[in-house]
Amino acid sequence: MTLTLLFLGPLEDVAGVPEMSLDVAGAATLPDIAERLDPALAVAITAPRVRIALNGQLVAPADVRAGNGDELAFLPPVSGG
Amino acid sequence: MRRVRLAPEPFDPHEELRRFGETRTTAGGIVSFLGQVRQEEGDPVEALELRHYPPLTLPGMDELALRAETRWRLIATLVIHRVGIMVPGDPIVLVACAARHRRDAFEAADFLMDHLKSSAWFWKREKTAEGWRWIEPRGQDHADLARWAES
Repeated sequence: MTLTLLFLGPLEDVAGVPEMSLDVAGAATLPDIAERLDPALAVAITAPRVRIALNGQLVAPADVRAGNGDELAFLPPVSGG
Repeated sequence: MRRVRLAPEPFDPHEELRRFGETRTTAGGIVSFLGQVRQEEGDPVEALELRHYPPLTLPGMDELALRAETRWRLIATLVIHRVGIMVPGDPIVLVACAARHRRDAFEAADFLMDHLKSSAWFWKREKTAEGWRWIEPRGQDHADLARWAES
């Protein structure tokens, strides 16, 4: 039962890796996931300006239910062009 | 006609514009903007990298071009955006809008650039002698975006 976490932009530096696998028992909420991570990373991914995509679709943080085979991407404020 | 793409490798903006203009014979004008990696005297930036998130970045750019076409009378739209590592002088983004009348083309190109800078799914980092550093969003970019709020 593996969930993939992706860290975009500066969040990659906080995580130390661009992506991470997490073993989960069932459908995990954002607080479930955050408590499994390093505290600094947990704070960074739950910051108000970080958007979340579940399997490529934006979701509200409160609606996150992610389980086996899912991909959860954390998208900090953009800085393009 | 809408051509929107991500370029993982360097592109030639002049060739792209030549091709874009070739078939746009009903256009009264084409407005284009080319953004490139800046090189200033004493600038310590050696390279720049743009990252993206494939499920959202290109679909978002496409949606943006569609919004421009709905808002202005355009004959054709071209958006090319680099991803990956670039060096000073490299093209980053090319936007071109063809319209029967110039005002539509000018405004649509300006709209596209403001949105690409501040709401498209890109993350930028720069390399200097100290290594790589992520660039924070600029307040000015958000002010530029506010110009286009629908009243």
